[in-house]
Amino acid sequence: MAGHEIIIAGFGGQGLLFAGKVLAYGGLIENREVSWLPSYGPEMRGGTANCNVILSDTPVGSPIVQHPDILIVMNTPSLDKYESTVAPGGKIFVDSALITRKVSREDVEVFYIPATQMASDMNASGLANMILLGAVLRETACISDETLVKSLHQVIPARKADLFELNMSCIRAGKEYK
Amino acid sequence: MNEKVMMKGNEAIAEAAILAGCRHYFGYPITPQTEVAAYMAKKMPKIGGTFLQAESEIAAINMVYGVASTGKPAMTSSSSPGISLKCEGISYLAGADLPALIVNVQRGGPGLGGIQPSQSDYFLATRGPGHGDFHVFVFAPASVQEMADLTGRALHVAWKYRMPSMLLADGTMGQMMEPVVLPEAADAFGSDNPWAAVGTGMKRPHNVINSLYLAPEELERINFERFKRYELAEAEETLWEEYMMEDAEICVVSYGITARVSRNAIVEARSRGIKVGMIRPITLWPFPKAPLAAAAEKVKSFLCVELNMGQMIEDVELAIRCSRPVDLCCRVGGMIPAPDEVLAHIMKLAEGEKA
Repeated sequence: MAGHEIIIAGFGGQGLLFAGKVLAYGGLIENREVSWLPSYGPEMRGGTANCNVILSDTPVGSPIVQHPDILIVMNTPSLDKYESTVAPGGKIFVDSALITRKVSREDVEVFYIPATQMASDMNASGLANMILLGAVLRETACISDETLVKSLHQVIPARKADLFELNMSCIRAGKEYK
Repeated sequence: MNEKVMMKGNEAIAEAAILAGCRHYFGYPITPQTEVAAYMAKKMPKIGGTFLQAESEIAAINMVYGVASTGKPAMTSSSSPGISLKCEGISYLAGADLPALIVNVQRGGPGLGGIQPSQSDYFLATRGPGHGDFHVFVFAPASVQEMADLTGRALHVAWKYRMPSMLLADGTMGQMMEPVVLPEAADAFGSDNPWAAVGTGMKRPHNVINSLYLAPEELERINFERFKRYELAEAEETLWEEYMMEDAEICVVSYGITARVSRNAIVEARSRGIKVGMIRPITLWPFPKAPLAAAAEKVKSFLCVELNMGQMIEDVELAIRCSRPVDLCCRVGGMIPAPDEVLAHIMKLAEGEKA
């Protein structure tokens, strides 16, 4: 299984850290080497925020992702900031409901998913992160479907356990979106 | 053995302190260590412990002094500006030969500085944080696992040597999550401390906890005795890790988060045929002088990688008696070098050697 270096970036409050946690716990469940590093400080409350996740088969050195092979972006400033850092051949997942411009790189694969619109249509506003995650899982299989279910159960806090199904529906919608 | 769980570094410190037997936490919020206090606030009331948010950092460290005087494990945590405030109290702890754990999750300075990661309190921590002649143990974890393991160890040696211990982390280590296997619960302290001020039962003379000695002969004697203990600590408690040093011609010296970044750079440099390794100090006091001096016999140069303008580099130069060139690769103010930056520095040194 290949390693993955992932950046998830957007505005604070879009569930970037949560999406990263689902992947990181997935890595733990699959007994891989994992790190999860959030941006912290005022950006958690509305500025641009991001989270770095590394899934690896060898011990993780720096937890700071320099050249992601998976980039998930949920606002334009984040695409502007990270587009050039993506490793050649990497995959960029763009919330095209919020980012109107196209990716200019030609040596990467790009997936445009109107995730925020889709979430809103599904009465699941706030779960655009899970729709994008679904697309990532379809394209990279960075954690298995079985792991995903286990991970989601661990990451969703007990007081919000009733939201498990809605999260799963969003992930499925992201997987099926073409 | 406990199972592997995901935890933030800050949470791992808090849980490990509890598992090591600490039931008294005094703190004051400051980014990027607030999760330590938040975790303690949730957990301590459930296990009969004390969590107290003091009115200031100064109050918190003096509450630690109070609990430590009774021989019970106590701790406080803060980040750089808050640690400056605690220095008076740390000096009093050292002067009264009291054990305690002080956690410093560093951020950029000086002054209020910023909130992003830094290692700019290296001097503050390793030169005795406060006035007077003294040392504290300084531990520099480089993973969430070490955040947990070294917290227990820091408490343990603090009691063994009756010295304050400082866990010196940084914002990245505090905020990142990694898998960690928590240590087993232990209660190594608190029951039999003959020096503790816990009441005489009318069976022995009073124990006095104090750092005031007006007779210079007595104060000198106490300082000499204290430094005997420091000598023993240096001989027994120094920790470091060597990475790819067997045939190394360049020796990177780095701790904490920058050691992680350096590791990536070393792997890449090795793939290009550069013979480079790393000595990673795990204790910054006592500093691993002997392995560095031994390395100086074999390597051609050293490269210190740290998040300050060059602080540990002085200890490296002292340890090797300036017998080899020592370069510095640094970022400051909350910036962290990318592995490529460290790699470029290694390549420059390697080319210099060929020339």
